[in-house]
Amino acid sequence: MSRLNVILALVLVACALAVIQAQHRARTYFVELERLKKEARMLDEQWGKLQLEQSTWANPARVDALARTRLGLVAAPPERVHVETLVGTP
Amino acid sequence: MNYHSRKLLKLNLAPWRMATVSGLLLTGLVLVAGRAFYLQGLNTDYLQGKGDAVANRNLTLPAHRGQVSDRHGQLLAISTPVESLWARQAELRLTDDQHAYLARVLGLSVPALTEKLRRKTRGEFSVQRPVTPEQAVKIAAMGAPGLHLRREFRRYYPAGEVAAHVVGFTNVDDLGQEGVERAYQDWLAGRAGERQILRDRRGNTIRDLAPIKTAQMGGNLALALDLKIQYLAHRELAAAIATHKAKGGSVVVLDAKTGEILALANQPVFNPNNRRNYQPGPMRNRAVIDTFEPGSTIKPFVAAAVLERGLLHPDSVIDTPQTWRVGAKLVRDEHPHPQMTVSEIIQKSSNVGAAKMAMMLTPQQYWEVLYRAGFGQLPGSGFPGETAGRLRDAGTWKPVEHATMAYGYGLSVSLLQLSRAYMAFANDGEVMPLSFLKREPQEIVGERVFSASVAREVRAMMETVTQDGGTGTRTRVPGYRVAGKTGTAHKIVNGRYASDRYLSSFVGMAPASNPRLIVGVAIDEPSGGVYYGGSVAGPVFAQVMAASLRQLALPPDAPETATRMTQNTPAAARTDGGA
Repeated sequence: MSRLNVILALVLVACALAVIQAQHRARTYFVELERLKKEARMLDEQWGKLQLEQSTWANPARVDALARTRLGLVAAPPERVHVETLVGTP
Repeated sequence: MNYHSRKLLKLNLAPWRMATVSGLLLTGLVLVAGRAFYLQGLNTDYLQGKGDAVANRNLTLPAHRGQVSDRHGQLLAISTPVESLWARQAELRLTDDQHAYLARVLGLSVPALTEKLRRKTRGEFSVQRPVTPEQAVKIAAMGAPGLHLRREFRRYYPAGEVAAHVVGFTNVDDLGQEGVERAYQDWLAGRAGERQILRDRRGNTIRDLAPIKTAQMGGNLALALDLKIQYLAHRELAAAIATHKAKGGSVVVLDAKTGEILALANQPVFNPNNRRNYQPGPMRNRAVIDTFEPGSTIKPFVAAAVLERGLLHPDSVIDTPQTWRVGAKLVRDEHPHPQMTVSEIIQKSSNVGAAKMAMMLTPQQYWEVLYRAGFGQLPGSGFPGETAGRLRDAGTWKPVEHATMAYGYGLSVSLLQLSRAYMAFANDGEVMPLSFLKREPQEIVGERVFSASVAREVRAMMETVTQDGGTGTRTRVPGYRVAGKTGTAHKIVNGRYASDRYLSSFVGMAPASNPRLIVGVAIDEPSGGVYYGGSVAGPVFAQVMAASLRQLALPPDAPETATRMTQNTPAAARTDGGA
């Protein structure tokens, strides 16, 4: 009988340690989760800023001006547009 | 062995000493127990609060406002976090040095900063919203008590003034004030969440104390707008306003098949990113909110009405003297032709012809056609402040008004409403509901205004407007067939029609064989000498239409004009792409 008590006591101690361990792991993971969530938020904000930057660069007014001045592009005059009609299409 | 039995160990104390000691101990016990009871029982809430204040935190989870983009995903409005400087009067302790430094960082004079900080509010107040990231770093480094930075979302409009009227803007508290920002406030706005957490000594979050109320992020919105077409409309309109020294103007581009608003530009315009010096005038979305008398652009509806009743055919001939008397009013034409067909009345925009046609109908019949086409009713775009225009009840019309209504005086419309009504001609008689939002073609149910055959006949008449002999020869787009109608209306000034102030307009569609696009142009008070709709609004129409057709890569339906031109050598090519 007393031997069983000793075994149970040992099991109890083991369980208690396991609980502590589990609790500790849970907290560590929770902290990690929090950190990652924060990182995700920051990346999200950065993504927004980059989108904003991208759309500022891609602003049609800016592209228009650059195409005209730096690249010297012009809209194709109608004389230089050749319309191809596929033979056999209705 | 009993201790008491030993004589030597037997206590021999005076009873009063026993009583004193036990009395003292008992008093001590009572004191401690009393204190414990006071702390645990009576004062527990206060102490619990203190304890929680150290470890527990209530966090608000910020929710940002949704993005607004055009139909291809190009951003039109986005919220990004910025820092702003707040202060709490009760805790504010600034040394003179710090004060001067802060003023320098914020770019304010010392007295101006003093003025800003001297606020009698009990709580927090904002000192500067927002501050730049560099300023934020410097202010945080000061570590001054009572000053702190707060993270807020600020709205940016990458397209700036190009899409300003459609997108609108928000105020500092992120509430939509104008345009789509206001119309879809509920959808765009996020709802901040809340969360209670337990923190350890190092500030790590250990666990949640209550279920998290998750932040509801604002929904994103894809508009029907095509930013490239919008830009072109904005550019061409601005150029025309400058050339003709006009007071203002608007351009609307509609998808004739779906009712989507592909572009909507107004002049004058404002920059939604610059929140200083706001004036109400430039912020008005004229195309939706302002009304004007449509003038000759109403005539196709008269023609449709008489064709629909079977009163005339497109080739029926009508006598059109230069002047025609209706009651006390003399209806006159600028360029008289003694006889014209219905088609020619539209082509040459004859007032007499249009008035005669309208008088063949009863006021009720004519009113019904106009009402069915959407005049006098809200266009239903959902834009804040959109106007229904004015179409008086047929019972109140005098004969003179009945006649003037045939060439567009006596009723008023907005440009958006007029362009929407032209959808009836473009779309074989069906008008699609307008939408500022991108939508799938299958979810739309149109509203029949005219029969398909009448719509096609009137469209054919409007095509002659752009051909030789018409009023809109400057609206041609190379490679495409274009149909439309010019309008030149006298403006009312102080209750009278001013002889020298005009509103020039043109509404048209292309490719005329199966129209995909409707472009409406209105120029307010051109004062550069020319004022005819065909000459002022027409070229804007041609430029915007040509660019939009190219943008949508629609196949030309009049390729002979283009192929004929390809025989020219490139050396002889004109650089002017206009009509």
